[in-house]
Amino acid sequence: MAKRRVVTTTINGRQTEFLCEPRQTLLEVLRDTLDLTGAKEGCANGNCGACTVLMNGRPVDSCLVLGVETEGAVLETIEGVAPVDGLDPIQQAFLENAALQCGICTPGFIMSCKSLLAENSDPTENDIRFYLAGNLCRCTGYDKIVRAVLDAAKKRNAEPAPA
Amino acid sequence: MAERKFAWPARAENTLIGKDIPRLDGVAKASGQAKYTADINTAGTLFAKLLTSTLAAGKIKKIDVDAAKKMPGVKAVHLFKKVGDDVRWEGELIVAIAAERAEQADDALKQVQVEYEVQPFFVDEANIVRAAQADRTKGLGKNAKGDVEAALKTAAVVHRGYYGVATISHMCLEPHGSHCEWKGDDLDVHLSTQNVSGTAGQFAEPLGIDAANVTVTSDYEGGGFGSKFQADEWGVACAKMAKEAGKPVRLMLDRATELKVGGTRPSGYVDVTIAANADGEVVAWDSIHWGTAGFGGGGVDVNQLPYPFDFPNRSAAQIGISCNSGPNRAWRAPPHPQLCAMTQTAMDDLAAKLKMGSYEFFKKNLKHTLQNKADVYAAEMEIAAKAIDWKAKWHPHGEGGKGPVKRGLGMALHRWGGGAGPCTCTIKVHPDGSVESFLGSQDIGTGTRTVIAITLAETFGLPLAGVKVNLGSSKYPPSGASGGSITVGGVCGAHRRAGQTALWQIFDKVAEKYKIESADSLVAKGGDILKGKEKVCTWKQACSLLGQMPLEVKGEGPKKDGLTADQVGGVQMVDLSVDTETGLVRIHKFVCVQDCGLILDELTARSQVLGALIMGIAYSLSEERIMDNKTGRYINADLQNYKLPRIGDVGELVAIMYQPDSEYDRGVVGLGEPPVIAPGAAISNAVANATGVRVPVLPFTPKRVLDALKGVHA
Ligand code: FES
Ligand code: FES
Repeated sequence: MAKRRVVTTTINGRQTEFLCEPRQTLLEVLRDTLDLTGAKEGCANGNCGACTVLMNGRPVDSCLVLGVETEGAVLETIEGVAPVDGLDPIQQAFLENAALQCGICTPGFIMSCKSLLAENSDPTENDIRFYLAGNLCRCTGYDKIVRAVLDAAKKRNAEPAPA
Repeated sequence: MAERKFAWPARAENTLIGKDIPRLDGVAKASGQAKYTADINTAGTLFAKLLTSTLAAGKIKKIDVDAAKKMPGVKAVHLFKKVGDDVRWEGELIVAIAAERAEQADDALKQVQVEYEVQPFFVDEANIVRAAQADRTKGLGKNAKGDVEAALKTAAVVHRGYYGVATISHMCLEPHGSHCEWKGDDLDVHLSTQNVSGTAGQFAEPLGIDAANVTVTSDYEGGGFGSKFQADEWGVACAKMAKEAGKPVRLMLDRATELKVGGTRPSGYVDVTIAANADGEVVAWDSIHWGTAGFGGGGVDVNQLPYPFDFPNRSAAQIGISCNSGPNRAWRAPPHPQLCAMTQTAMDDLAAKLKMGSYEFFKKNLKHTLQNKADVYAAEMEIAAKAIDWKAKWHPHGEGGKGPVKRGLGMALHRWGGGAGPCTCTIKVHPDGSVESFLGSQDIGTGTRTVIAITLAETFGLPLAGVKVNLGSSKYPPSGASGGSITVGGVCGAHRRAGQTALWQIFDKVAEKYKIESADSLVAKGGDILKGKEKVCTWKQACSLLGQMPLEVKGEGPKKDGLTADQVGGVQMVDLSVDTETGLVRIHKFVCVQDCGLILDELTARSQVLGALIMGIAYSLSEERIMDNKTGRYINADLQNYKLPRIGDVGELVAIMYQPDSEYDRGVVGLGEPPVIAPGAAISNAVANATGVRVPVLPFTPKRVLDALKGVHA
């Protein structure tokens, strides 16, 4: 059996080292080793988006990334989205628009949205539906998620840019 | 002077009830802090994995786990089957292994040797002729009234048709599973369940321990839809392996196994003869339907067909087919979606034959709906028609445009019970004015926490933050399972009763202290106790009169005191287009007008409706279990090939809550199930309207649509 490796990454702004088997996925490392259970496992094969995290700013299905592949990477998970004193406008918009029910898909959606709004601060409804096509939700009816993202974009654009 | 009787506040006085209130557990869910079952990771937790049958039918000749036991990291092995046992469908559980790491459990499973004696199987559930040849059919009864034969003879128009709905799975995004940990003789189970109060005994009995030694916890649940009421054999296995290993074990079903064993919704295929008089009133229904609920046979209940109509002359017969496929479980509103799709499609075709518009035809037949709801349906139809612009957009079937893309409208209606379920709760009003509640219920996305907090906060005149709701533990007072839309009525009725009882006791103390003649003249509002408009004291001052101990009051339900009711209905209309070259169906707008009595949180109510519509669109357009007749296997048991709609696949969804005062006055009725019922029929009718061709079987995949357009029989 291949040897365990030490991997050094930055997760949610903090340098983090972990030990992992070469075949362990990033999702397993996050959830089982680092107890960052916000990323969920819906399918383990890249079809549901529940495990979405940002790797070097880009959304990835963490069930399709090996832990060892993240050496030197900057990772962001749902646990790092909210500022200390409240919620990110995206999270707030999800709440206000009832864009979550059981909530198991929500962290994945929010991570994808974060990446969408970083790339495109004023997305159209079509842009949103295209960008979030990798995230599945069984409960909400999606419509509210689209409204939430439009709302979040509006709010973020209304806020003064950070100095 | 207010009389002391249980009642909801006058509608105009509400500050919280009926408003748009975001769900209270939203922050935990949106920030990743909410702990679902699979997130429980206590020190030393082992990972369990499953070996399942690759055969659809057989007898086990050999199971050898010796080599597996010796594999690195393996701590416990559980056998679901022994030599000589039958395997009845692909995916049946054979062996579970718990190891220190998930991949070690996988490696160990590869060392397990199982040999089968192969047996014949049958999975062709839509094919009644082949099922009969294979001796897999069983008559499941008949339900009849009036004289169908005579009515058919004198009817003005008779239509014969074939319709069907394929089997689907629940596909909860969080699969079934548990985390089990022993603490001495006590077992702690974190369970993904809709039934917190009812599952401790299901663990205790097979484990040979007292139910008192089991605690079942479920703080958050990633969907159940009717499939998660039981401890399940894999849950008990998890507890057994935890005992054997002396360590906590987590066993979540993998996606494929979830689909194969975690529950399905039975299929239904029907041959119908339906007839009307010249006015368009249905006078006769004659049907025979078949389908499967898995190995045990079964299917869609014959006693509820036609749905939700009771025509003067009717006869319905049912045949169950035993298939080598996983068992059914209650699927949101069982089995109304199938009943609706089997009935109202045939009705719509009859309307077309009569050259009547669907709207006029359904309206004409409202008098035959069950539960005396004709007036409510009529009002809902009007609202829905306006929202979708029915009058302007309607055209007779088959006149959906000249080009290859045809546009059409369809409608259907539904009913559901939704009466309050059993609930006991304990509320505590603390001397500092804080309020908390305890109950063994669950929040499966229902918004249970939120509606309870709204109920108590409104009762005590407090902000939502002044109330803490504790649920999700079997150690709390027992509350019913969340299924059948009975939770909101159940828990809110019990809490309103407990809240009012507590409030009256507090009013008595306030009256005594502040020398108010009648305690019944007091009201609690805005954090104060008022007499008329005058403030008597603050809520906190009132609660300080309790002394040192909190006031504890028990709430119970259901009761027939007007706080809750049952029977809801709704009307759905859809505007869609069909690409006759590709077979793709595209929803433009989907309107649901829904009644459900008194609405506690309108935001959550609309959210339930929209969520139900998407599930409806899923089983109407893309979602189905596909069994392979050659191998007996469930060949699309993954999230790539089991097609759920994605965010770009749905058009505009509109949820309109029908809520005149007459609805508020009925009290609370559940809402989770009903809006998922009508989409199948509504969408099917709209496709028929667009193209002039009835696609017989749902879901309308491009192939089924193209086949129907080409005249290929399904
Ligand atoms: S768990 Fe990674 S995409 Fe589904
Ligand atoms: S809220 Fe349940 S899966 Fe999206």
